[in-house]
Amino acid sequence: MKTLDSNKKYQNFVDEKSPNSPILKNCFNAFWVGGLICIIGQLIFDYCIFRGFSKDLAGSVVSISLIFISAFLTALNLFNRIGKFAGAGSLIPITGFANSIISPAMEYKSEGYVMGVGAKMFTVAGPVLVYGICSSVIVGIAYLIFNTQAILLI
Amino acid sequence: MIKTAVETVLKKSNLSAHQIDCLFSGDLLNQCISTSFGIRDFEIPFFGVFGACSTFVEGLILGSTFLDSGAGMNVITSTSSHFCSAEKQFRFPLELGNQRPPTAQWTVTGAAATVLSTFGNGPFITHITPGKIVDKGIKDANNMGAAMAPAAVSTILTHLEDTKRKPSYYDAIITGDLGYVGKEILLDLCNEDGFNLSGNYNDCGVLIFDKEEQDTHSGGSGCGCCGSVFSGYFFNKLRKKEIKKILLVATGALMNSTSSQQGESIPGIAHAVSIELDR
Amino acid sequence: MSDFINSIDYMMLLKAFVIGGLLCVFAQILIDKTKLTPARILVLYVTLGCILGGLGIYKYLVDFAGCGATVPLTGFGFNLSKGVAEAIRSDGLMGAFTGGIKACAAGITAAIFFGYIAALVSKPKMKKQ
Repeated sequence: MKTLDSNKKYQNFVDEKSPNSPILKNCFNAFWVGGLICIIGQLIFDYCIFRGFSKDLAGSVVSISLIFISAFLTALNLFNRIGKFAGAGSLIPITGFANSIISPAMEYKSEGYVMGVGAKMFTVAGPVLVYGICSSVIVGIAYLIFNTQAILLI
Repeated sequence: MIKTAVETVLKKSNLSAHQIDCLFSGDLLNQCISTSFGIRDFEIPFFGVFGACSTFVEGLILGSTFLDSGAGMNVITSTSSHFCSAEKQFRFPLELGNQRPPTAQWTVTGAAATVLSTFGNGPFITHITPGKIVDKGIKDANNMGAAMAPAAVSTILTHLEDTKRKPSYYDAIITGDLGYVGKEILLDLCNEDGFNLSGNYNDCGVLIFDKEEQDTHSGGSGCGCCGSVFSGYFFNKLRKKEIKKILLVATGALMNSTSSQQGESIPGIAHAVSIELDR
Repeated sequence: MSDFINSIDYMMLLKAFVIGGLLCVFAQILIDKTKLTPARILVLYVTLGCILGGLGIYKYLVDFAGCGATVPLTGFGFNLSKGVAEAIRSDGLMGAFTGGIKACAAGITAAIFFGYIAALVSKPKMKKQ
């Protein structure tokens, strides 16, 4: 019985032969980089509250600031190195979302500003917006149907 | 890059463009556009070929057959690939902060061109073994070595059977871009069939990058990988007579940018030529 | 400035660090151990944040860890659900359609705008090997 006799056998063979990602190292880096980005966000938030902003406005300032930092690092060819190092640590915070919009915007400049930058900006981040917004609509309709106490809690 | 490669090979062979009967070339991009732009000024009759990363040897096979048929006397074959354009077409924007798995390969930024001629004293292309598509159901576009290895095995074994040669006949058996992972898989699969290649086998994807210094994971890939490693390294060894017989097997992953998303597997192909100092 | 530094709740910073870090670690495990692509994981996080927000659960995490819960993409989803809830309270059914994007307007607009500027001023560079 040879490995190439069936696709399944070959797939199992390949899984055995293929090296795995260094998961402990990746998780460690993801943890502290992700945590650090959250700390930066928290400091910005605290500063806004200190200056008398409302909680909602402070939250928006945090988002905009982190997105700006992300844009800056992406434009300088630095964010992709951070991402390679930290993996989910830079992907999961809002910096990852920003980078996924900004990097195709830069990449597709060669195809023009309208059809390149304009159209292709959302190739990577599009699903996040689509699913986020759709689920918010469904959650909203669920509120109306169930009239849950959750509305008052939030 | 293709333009430079073709200009250089014309100069090296002391030929001008209108002495070339036709040109076989291809690359990774949609509709082989970089080839078209690169060679349009040479005014040589052109056949575009697509074999993904196996294009270099596919060109050698078609070119040598063309010469053997008497249809021409001088032929150019060429190929190229670029990391940035391959990433843009097949994977992600360059600035995206994503991680590559250890099985992923790095597209080589390189080009190669050869002149095949009915004149000259060698090295000679003595045998060709065109490959058949082999698809063993691998869907992971980040593990192309595994997808292409069965095709390489099929072509190498067919070649050895066809020529009644043993692996030890060759000073070097070289695959195009199986990478570290694919190389190990190929050695194991050939062993199962009773062919031990470990003495003289290597892979261009493994050779072109330094695993310690460069973070290229499972090695190089792309049309330019096989092309540049053969033309720049092994061909020189042949000329200096450091090796006399080489079996060059370029491997290709015949997928496009949407087939993986549609849940399809990656068909592999491998073309082989034997190049020897004596006819 | 020293007033601000004195006013910082260091415990909150630590909680933000830990919770934010853990959310990232969980995603990293998904990246390394499953065939899920990063894009699908982001979609999962946003949707989960929205649903948990809608169920009233995520609010507790936000109260506990502050930005550790709002900066990760689950927080983006939570923000969407919060916006929708407020809009429904004031506008009824229309709120389901207006609330989400209203709450996330800053983030989406900033990403688009800064992305465009980045495209204007710089080119993508070859990745370092």
